[in-house]
Amino acid sequence: MSGTYLGMPAFPKAAAVSTQQPTLRGNLTHATHTIREKRARAVGELADWSRLRAAGAAIKKRTLRHLDRYLEQVEERVTAAGGTVHWARDAAEAQRLVIDLVRATGESEVVKVKSMATQEIELNNALEEAGISAYETDLAELIVQLGDDLPSHILVPAIHRNRAEVRDIFRRQMGRWGRPAPEGLTEDPAELAEAARLHLREKFLKARVGISGANFVVADTGTLCVVESEGNGRMCLTLPETLISVVGIEKVVPSWQDLEVFLQLLPRSSTAERMNPYTSTWTGTTDEDGPREFHLVLLDNGRTDTLADTVGRQALRCIRCSACLNVCPVYERAGGHAYGSPYPGPIGAILTPQLRGTGTELDASLPYASSLCGACYEVCPVAIDIPEVLVHLRERVVEGGPATVRGQRTTLRPASGHAAERAAMRAATWALDHPGALRAGQRLAARSRRLVPRRLPGPGAGWTRSRDIPDIPPESFRDWWRRERGAGTADGPTGGEHGSDGSERGKGGAV
Amino acid sequence: MRVALFVTCVNDTLYPRTGQAVVTLLERLGVDVDFPEGQTCCGQPQFNTGYRHATEPLVHRYARAFEGYDHIVVPSGSCAAMVRDNYPRIGAKAEREGRGTELSEIAADVVPRTWELTEFLVDVLGVTDVGAWFPHTVTYHPTCHGLRMLGLGERPRKLLEQVRGLELKELPQAEECCGFGGTFAVKNAAVSTEMGLDKARHIEETGARAVCTVDNSCLMHIGGTLSRQGAEARPVHLAEILASTEEHPYGGLS
Repeated sequence: MSGTYLGMPAFPKAAAVSTQQPTLRGNLTHATHTIREKRARAVGELADWSRLRAAGAAIKKRTLRHLDRYLEQVEERVTAAGGTVHWARDAAEAQRLVIDLVRATGESEVVKVKSMATQEIELNNALEEAGISAYETDLAELIVQLGDDLPSHILVPAIHRNRAEVRDIFRRQMGRWGRPAPEGLTEDPAELAEAARLHLREKFLKARVGISGANFVVADTGTLCVVESEGNGRMCLTLPETLISVVGIEKVVPSWQDLEVFLQLLPRSSTAERMNPYTSTWTGTTDEDGPREFHLVLLDNGRTDTLADTVGRQALRCIRCSACLNVCPVYERAGGHAYGSPYPGPIGAILTPQLRGTGTELDASLPYASSLCGACYEVCPVAIDIPEVLVHLRERVVEGGPATVRGQRTTLRPASGHAAERAAMRAATWALDHPGALRAGQRLAARSRRLVPRRLPGPGAGWTRSRDIPDIPPESFRDWWRRERGAGTADGPTGGEHGSDGSERGKGGAV
Repeated sequence: MRVALFVTCVNDTLYPRTGQAVVTLLERLGVDVDFPEGQTCCGQPQFNTGYRHATEPLVHRYARAFEGYDHIVVPSGSCAAMVRDNYPRIGAKAEREGRGTELSEIAADVVPRTWELTEFLVDVLGVTDVGAWFPHTVTYHPTCHGLRMLGLGERPRKLLEQVRGLELKELPQAEECCGFGGTFAVKNAAVSTEMGLDKARHIEETGARAVCTVDNSCLMHIGGTLSRQGAEARPVHLAEILASTEEHPYGGLS
């Protein structure tokens, strides 16, 4: 009952379809604009926001620089507190570990806390293949799972659904997996929430194994922390006998004191709340209270490779708040599914091509899924310069170059399908490095300006399908300048080479 | 004070009137401005598409063309941001590739001398009233690189507020990107188009006769969308508004 991201089309193809879906567009515009404005107000309340943001970035940067040391500390403290730590190199290894741990309990059903790491490794599909039913208990994840759908937002996975769609999914699907939706369920939010509450209550009381992620892992005490709104997470973290937490290795913070910064940054950036309703923390196991067995699966899955890249590593600071999605004009119009990954929006466009590589057409298209407007960087609570990383990854796509893949330094070849563009860019650089050639091109364009068709062929068709092209002027600026102000020496057809600048300069400008 | 105009390749080729307006405006303010003909393009299209190495000859060219000038004035927020934000990055990456410090030295040399037009007017010349006359309703769209990379803030608005005859109309959701984004406009034409249509709709809601920005590349996209939609509003670069006077009025809206 879960979808997969495998084999999805490249971003422009997916977005060409999703931008033309009026219900999806309406749902997304309404939701993103509402939360965008609420976030701005919540952040505006704090006079020291920019200092908090700088502190958040600094703590993450420093922790990532010494990640090896902090991870060993986590292992030591979690073990000392009665937990067991497992290391997973990639998604397959993490899936196998979790399946084995669940099988060891003899159970075939698990309840899940909303978790990005388990979405990333498509854990539910793997469990299903192993004969284990995993029930999502976050309301929005439940909507997605019951709808046989994929999440389209980090914080609000069912953001693409409106109330009427949610009602239909509940009516149609709840009975297949447990307690059916009440008779005559309407689209009233309170009724929908009550239907979910009744359906989930049954799962909480029956479940003997819980699976979670974590927002933070505190190294000096070995404490895990989950931040949520509904309380369903806390049910899964406390009621089952066995708890398995799958956590990306970048989630570590050195000490409890660091939570002071992140527990302010995260709720205000994500749900626009001063404080989230439920913050659960646990350290190993405690006699007579909560799970008797606790397993921490530390997930790499491309994170160490990402850490090796001096520009790209800042993506690992991400605390999954979603502020960049909510403010992104591209996300708002394309929707989350177009990004083909559980990490959509601007952060997904820099995280996915690093975690998965740029080998597929989809992953190679993600760094281009941005107009580089910079709104994401402006709202990011840990100051990830997303546009900088996007351009850096575009370079990796078209030029190739050094990268770390599964721990090995390697030189990537450029992605296929960019040969014509590469040739055009090189030709453009050549022409632009020869002002005489530029001038000749401008004069040719001016002479044939009446011949330019309203609809261009080739790559230009993408422009003229929706936009008129500007009239080409009869004379370029440089020709006007030369005619009006008279330059020194004329360029040859390819003039303006090294050392010729003195003669190209016009009259000296002194005030 | 030796002042050079970096007109940018887009203005040079498609919008020469913007370059002419900068010359008119600066000369009216007593600045003798020069146009070094060795200049071409800052390299932004190449760099932002991922062709960093193909950008480097243009960084060298920029440095040579503007050698010896105290100030380089750019009537484009994104081209100014390209020099200021990205030339140092190009230098740093070249150093990391073991190719020496030359590009970093170029960046350190040109960055402090490169000014977007409104920065040059407000910060260097210290003027907001440039003696302009523009008897039309205008709405102002703050372009992303001017707004977020350069941090132009209130500078363009301060200049517009002093223009006689001009009535400024507030643009709804002004700070949202218009959807141009360089090669994004063709690589992701569907999303770019939808963003442009929303921007055009907001512009039309203001009822303004003209939409003004500090960047003709964004205006090419906005104007092309407005024109295809049969809208009344026309794109006008800020420099052309500031150059317009009662003696020599802007002629594009008649």
